Amino acid sequence: MNGISRRGLLKTGTAAGVLSLTGMPLRAQTRGGKLTAGLSGANTSDSWDSRTHSDLFMIASAQGAVFDSLTEVAADGSLVGELAESWESSDAQTWVFNLRQGVKFHNGKAFGADDVIESLSMHLGEDSKSAAKPIVENIVEMNKLGEHQLELVLSAPNADFPYLLSDYHILMYPAGQIEEAIAQGIGTGLYQVQSFDPGVRMVATRVDDHYKGDSVGLFDEIEYIAINDNTARMNAMMTGQVDAINRIDFKTEALLRANPALRIQEVTGNQQYTFPMLTDTAPYNDVNVRRAIKYGVNRQELVDKILLGHGAVGNDTPIGPANQYYNTEMEQLEYDPDKSKFYLEQAGLSSIDLDLSASNAAFEGAVDAAQLMQASMSAGGININVIQEPADGYWSNVWLKKSFCACYWSGRATEDWMFSTAYEAGVPWNDSQWDEKDSARFQELLVMARAELDSDKRRAQYFEMQQILRDDGGVLVPMFANYVQAVNNRISSPETVGNLWQMDNGRMAERWSVA
Amino acid sequence: MQNVLKIILQRLALGLLTLLVVSIVIFIAVNLLPGDFAELILGQAATPESVASIRRDLGLDQSMVTRYFSWLGGMVTGDLGTSFAQLNFQTNLGGTGGKTVAEQIAPRFANTMFLASVTAMIAVPLAVTLGILAALYRNTVFDRVANIATLSSISSPEFFMAYILILFLAVLNPIFPSLSNIYEGMTFGEKLEKTMLPALTLTLVVTAHMMRMTRAAIISLLASPYIEMARLKGISPMRVIVKHALPNALAPIINVIALNLAYLITGVVVVEVVFVYPGIGQLFVDSVKIRDIPVVQACCLIFAAAYILLNLMADILSILSNPRLRHPK
Repeated sequence: MNGISRRGLLKTGTAAGVLSLTGMPLRAQTRGGKLTAGLSGANTSDSWDSRTHSDLFMIASAQGAVFDSLTEVAADGSLVGELAESWESSDAQTWVFNLRQGVKFHNGKAFGADDVIESLSMHLGEDSKSAAKPIVENIVEMNKLGEHQLELVLSAPNADFPYLLSDYHILMYPAGQIEEAIAQGIGTGLYQVQSFDPGVRMVATRVDDHYKGDSVGLFDEIEYIAINDNTARMNAMMTGQVDAINRIDFKTEALLRANPALRIQEVTGNQQYTFPMLTDTAPYNDVNVRRAIKYGVNRQELVDKILLGHGAVGNDTPIGPANQYYNTEMEQLEYDPDKSKFYLEQAGLSSIDLDLSASNAAFEGAVDAAQLMQASMSAGGININVIQEPADGYWSNVWLKKSFCACYWSGRATEDWMFSTAYEAGVPWNDSQWDEKDSARFQELLVMARAELDSDKRRAQYFEMQQILRDDGGVLVPMFANYVQAVNNRISSPETVGNLWQMDNGRMAERWSVA
Repeated sequence: MQNVLKIILQRLALGLLTLLVVSIVIFIAVNLLPGDFAELILGQAATPESVASIRRDLGLDQSMVTRYFSWLGGMVTGDLGTSFAQLNFQTNLGGTGGKTVAEQIAPRFANTMFLASVTAMIAVPLAVTLGILAALYRNTVFDRVANIATLSSISSPEFFMAYILILFLAVLNPIFPSLSNIYEGMTFGEKLEKTMLPALTLTLVVTAHMMRMTRAAIISLLASPYIEMARLKGISPMRVIVKHALPNALAPIINVIALNLAYLITGVVVVEVVFVYPGIGQLFVDSVKIRDIPVVQACCLIFAAAYILLNLMADILSILSNPRLRHPK
């Protein structure tokens, strides 16, 4: 798999199909056995409707086992084809996708271009609540070129478009039977649903004769048990009732480590804990105030005390180690009260009083983090008043409304995806309200990079954008939080584990096996 | 007997009134919580348009009074309605069908009843036996130990007892599984094994109350002349208590047993969460979390109804067990 860059892959998309069939770096491959996993993020309102998926239980069950997308982000971060065999575009605006042939849904229906068109259309419509609507909306034309060939025309060039199609909301359903497929869980994935009790349990068995072949999806059966309670999940792992759990409680991590029957998996991805400031509101509309705040945060202390070391310091950009163009050359923002004072003076102030809203709904430990920031910033003349907000309704009543608050992002696979979700001027989730006049150069680069097919130029553009964010941006990104999970030693997992999302990007049923 | 019938009817009427009040209180309380279904189900992904669209679909944009009465209207005709989660799912699909609240709750309720029955099977005989023995050997070391042990277990929070049991019976000595995820298709034996730890936890919580009431009720009778007489006849102390004292002490014992049985149905919320037991308590927690009012209402009504019915049953049984009440002058 080495030696093929993402861009190279894009130009010669045919390679992708071959890669996904042969390139899985699995060791110790034994077919058979069962994987029982205890997963959080489950709810009684869960269903096989991918438009509503938002947490691990359904992502691992749907995209990770029962359904497929057109493209897939491999464990090493490269893009490979899943139901699409290859794709090409000369201008990043008109894309032709060649679909895999001989694929069947679990009910026997053959997969083709019509299924793609209908599955994509699910996300459109005036009333659509789909989280993937902003992605699919950019498609202005869908043309069926053949049973297994499809042309998608975008409203504007986007070199990352095939990446966007790997989103866990965009799954392929059988055309004309979508309602039935959502009710029963009929997809093209490696595993076929046997029973599904929302918020309780999902059991699926391996499909014989699957298009992905016999090198992946090695379990005969998978059982995902919904365990939202942290302690119950740890107990189930300790007593060997489940083979794997996600989201380890750091406070009791030592107990798990001491157990010789299991191992801890830890990956640093793009999951970030942030503090957005509304840059259209005083005093945050003054870039000097924002800079004073940036230098007032003791980032290492936050990583040590809030994440208990399970993370990395951030540099006020949302681009993390799981991204292709992660700028590692930038100077790290360090805790420096003198610089805080200096920038406050630049803003014409000797000290400043600020309200910081936080709740553990934003992330576990957000209130503690706010209090640590309060202590570290006071040395630089910034007096923080921590307001503890109720967890219920936090995202509706506090986030995007209070001028300085706690927030989190799970990050995105590509730079453009992240920026256009939360940093582009005018988009609804631009949580620092960074507008055109405040960030003209950034917005200009964003549009340029999106259409740029040349990797080197693109790298330069994204590096410059990260520098702008670090210096002038309205979002404090003090830390990246690791994904930490536990796996029993009777299950083997590959050397490289995906870092885009928990549990090997939710695809452990496909990538792991019985040791 | 007519007297009993009258009491039953009176109590049932009062019970219905209580249920009505409960439903109003719960409805207001859930609405007072910050955030509503639309905001919570969308989470960070809530845009004003999508929130408004969900509210419109579910009728959440109407006034609280209108919503309550439309729910009540359905309720009176025996329709518990459809959960918001299911309704939302249906409008996403543009279709109909899906599970009603009743269908959603039925299997969960069956699970909770199973747990309650297993617990009752263990706890009631245990508590009554311990109570009798404590009365028999009152003020001995046995009595003291039994009292201290049961009182300490009732005084500790349930989750604490649950974790203690997990530590000793699942982690250090793997006898029972700490995960009680029972599901359809399991054999009775498997279900029983998985249910053991939550059942034991609940047993520890309810035993003290029943045991102490049994002990107190029996002891209070031991000074009565007819017990004195029995003792003078030379009957063994055990026989005095079981044959002579116990039948007259039944009324208060039944009362406290019924109260504790009601607790087994309504008080399982924490225990079910700790052991991941798919009962009504966990459904209740999940539903409160997303403000799924139809499900929350239905759960609360079931809890309230369980209390009312079991209390009613306790009263009837204590009347039937007491000849003086059975044949009033």
